[in-house]
Amino acid sequence: MIPKLSAACLFITSAIAALALPQASLAFCGFYVGKADATLFNEASQVIVVRNEDKTVISMQNDYKGDLKEFAIVVPVPQVLQRGQINVGERKIFDRIDAYSAPRLAEYYDGDPCARRKMLEMARGGAMQSMNAPAAAAARDKALGVTVEAQYTIGEYDIVILSAKESDGLETWLQQSGYKIPRGASAALRPYIRQNLKFFVAKVNLNEQAKTGFNYLRPLQFAFESEKFMLPIRLGMVNAQGPQDLIVYMLTKAGRVETTNYRTVKLPANVDIPTYVKGDFARFYKALFNEQAKKEEYRVAFTEYFWDMSWCDPCAAEPLSPQELKAAGVFWLDADDAPPIGGAQGSPTPGAPTGLIRPRPGAAAGAAPVMLTRLHVRYSPQTFPEDLMFQETKDRQNFQTRYVLHQPWKGDINACEEARSYFSQLPARFEREAQTLASLTGWEIGDIRKNMDFAPTPIPQKIWWQNLWK
Amino acid sequence: MPGELMRTDIRATEVSTLLQRIKACLPRDARMVQIAFQATLLTAGVIARDFSLRPEQMILCFLAGLAVQAFWVHRLGLARVGWLSPVITCLGLSLLLRADSLWVHPLAAALAMSAKFTLRIQGKHLFNPANLGVIIALIALPGAWVSPGQWGNDLAYALWFVALGGLVTQRARRWDVSWAFLAAWLGLVAARVLWLGQPQVIWWHQLQSGGLLLFTFFMISDPMTIPNRQFARVLFALAVAALAFVWQFVLFKPNALLWALFLCAPLVPVFDRIWPGAKAIWGAAEPAVSAGSPQPG
Repeated sequence: MIPKLSAACLFITSAIAALALPQASLAFCGFYVGKADATLFNEASQVIVVRNEDKTVISMQNDYKGDLKEFAIVVPVPQVLQRGQINVGERKIFDRIDAYSAPRLAEYYDGDPCARRKMLEMARGGAMQSMNAPAAAAARDKALGVTVEAQYTIGEYDIVILSAKESDGLETWLQQSGYKIPRGASAALRPYIRQNLKFFVAKVNLNEQAKTGFNYLRPLQFAFESEKFMLPIRLGMVNAQGPQDLIVYMLTKAGRVETTNYRTVKLPANVDIPTYVKGDFARFYKALFNEQAKKEEYRVAFTEYFWDMSWCDPCAAEPLSPQELKAAGVFWLDADDAPPIGGAQGSPTPGAPTGLIRPRPGAAAGAAPVMLTRLHVRYSPQTFPEDLMFQETKDRQNFQTRYVLHQPWKGDINACEEARSYFSQLPARFEREAQTLASLTGWEIGDIRKNMDFAPTPIPQKIWWQNLWK
Repeated sequence: MPGELMRTDIRATEVSTLLQRIKACLPRDARMVQIAFQATLLTAGVIARDFSLRPEQMILCFLAGLAVQAFWVHRLGLARVGWLSPVITCLGLSLLLRADSLWVHPLAAALAMSAKFTLRIQGKHLFNPANLGVIIALIALPGAWVSPGQWGNDLAYALWFVALGGLVTQRARRWDVSWAFLAAWLGLVAARVLWLGQPQVIWWHQLQSGGLLLFTFFMISDPMTIPNRQFARVLFALAVAALAFVWQFVLFKPNALLWALFLCAPLVPVFDRIWPGAKAIWGAAEPAVSAGSPQPG
C-alpha cells in the first residue's frame, strides 16, 4: 500500500481567544465611563469591520469584566444612526471568526528514514501540494451645545446619539448625565467634534439585560456609510495605562487590508519550533507576540491572517457559513446564494477531519468573495498618536501565522545507513529549532534546551578518513 | 569676543571649503546623486523594513525599463539619451509599487518609459515616469498596490539627514519646487492639526513619513516634468500640495501625494505657455531663467 504523504500530517489547531492578551485596557474606540469610581477593566478589544466601497459595518466586542451598571461606552460615529442601523449581535460570531483565523500549530511526524528512498520513488508520480498557505433638560442641552439626536433601547443597551458644538459642553453634559468622564476627555473629544462626528453613547439597561439571560454584554453593531476607512482609537487612550491590544477582523471583497499611517508587518511564521511547545502553544504565542511588539517598539500593526474565506488550509476551525458571515455584517452575500445549512454551526461535513483544505459551506463558484484580514495592534498613546487609517490593497497572497512541529522518527538507529545519518542530523535540527524559538519569544536559550530535553542517541562519530580506503 | 568671532569665521570657512571639496567630487549630473539616494533607500527598505518586494520583481522591472528605453531611443533615432532616467524610474517603481505577481513591475516600467517618449508637449514629457507607472498600476493592473505606511516613522530622522545632506552638496537642481511643496503641505497639515485641536505629535508623525521625503526631493523635483519658470514652479507646488490635502483630508483617500502630482501634471504645459522659461538640461549648471527667454527644443 502506498502511504499517503498527507496522512503523516496531523494539524493541531487552537482557538486562542484566551491568549489575546491580558493588559488592563480600555475600549478601542471609546472610553468606558463609569457612574462610580469603579475600577474599569477589559482585555483585548475585538472589532469586526466589514467594508465595501463606502458601506461599513462595525461590530465591537469588549471583554468588560466590571459591574454591568457601571458600564457605558462613547464611540464617535460619522452620522446620526437610525434605529435600523444599530444591532445587538451575538458573541458567538466573534468566537467563530477568532477561532477560524487564530494562529495555529501544525504537527508533522518524520517518516521512517529507511523507507525514504522507497517513498521518494512512489511520491515521484504524485504532485505535492505546498501547505502555505472595526423642557429643562432640553434647555440645559442647548446651553451646553449638545443635541440628543436620537435615543433608543436596543437589546440590553440604552443608546443616545449626541451631536455637540464644543467638547467642554459635551464633557459637562456627560458628567451631568451621570457618566464619569476621565480627565483629559475634553481634549480627546474636540477633534471628533470639529470633524462633525456624532457620539454614540451606550449604557446597560439592567432590566433588559436580565431578560437576555446572558451574564455578559453582547456586541454592538453599526451599519453606516462613510468615506473614512478608519477606527478611532484615540478616545480609548485618554486614561490608558500601558499598551492596549486591539484585534481587528477586516472582511472585504478585493484583498488584504493594511494601515496607511503606520507600518503593517506580518508576524514571523511558518517556521519549525521545538515539539515541546505543543502542550503550551498559548504561552508560546503570547510570548512571541510580546517579543515582536516590543521589537517593533509598539509602532506597527501586525497581520496575523489573510485568506479568502471560501477555503482554508489548514482550517483552524470550521469555515464560517453564509449566515454567520451575514451575522458578522457581510452585506454582499446574496441570501439566495446560501443553501440551507444543517446544524447550528453550519458544519458542512460532520466528522470530517480538521486540517484539510475545506471550501466554505455554500461558497458557490463565482459568488462574491469574502477576504479576511486579521490585524493585531498593541498600541500606546505615544506610539499611536493618530487614529488607525486603513486601505484595502489588491494583494491576494494568503498568509497565516502557522508554526510547525516536526516529531522525530522513533526507530532504531542501526536499522539502516539512512537511519544513522538521520539521527546524526537531529541535534543540529533541534538546535536550529531552539534558536528559532529563542529569537521568536525572547526566551532564554538555555531554558529552551533544557525543556527540549533531547538526548539523542549518541552517535559514534566517524573520523573523516575512516572510510577513505575501505 | 573678537577671538570667538574669529574662530567662528575660521570654522565657517572650513565648512565652506569642505562643501566645495565634496561638491567637486560629486558627479555633474544630479541624477547620479538621486540614484545613489534611491538605491540606499531601497536597500534600507528591503533590509530593515521588510518591503514585500521580491528580487525577481526588481530585476524584471529594470530589464523592462531599460529595454523599452533602448527600443524608443533606437526607433526615434535619438543620439544623446542616457541610461540614468530609466534607472531612476525603475528605482522609484521598486520603492513604491507592490504586487502579488511578477509581471506588474515590468509592465508598469514599460508603460512609464513609453509614455516618456510618446506623451510629449512642447518638447517635455508630460508625466513623471515613476509617478505615471504607479498610477497606471493602481488603476489598471490587478494585484498592484502602494503601501503608504511601509516606511514607519522611526527611520525618518536618518532619512531626512541623508536627504538634506545630499541637498546641500548637490549641484544644479530646481529645488524651489521641493521647498515650496514641503512648506505648503506641512503648513496645511499643521493648520488642520491646530484647527482640530489635535496633539502636535500628529504633525510630527506626518513629517516622519519616508514617502513624503521621497516624493518631495526625488519625484516632484524632477526638472523635466515641472514648469520652467520659478514663479510657475512655486505655483505648481502649491497646487499639488492643495490637491493632495483635499485628497487625503477631505476625500479620505490614500496615496494623496502620488495622485495629486499625476492630476496636476497637465498644468505644466499650461504654465509653460503662460510663463515661458528655459528648459532644464541634465548635467548643466542651473540655467539662468529670464522672462521671455527662448525655449530650446
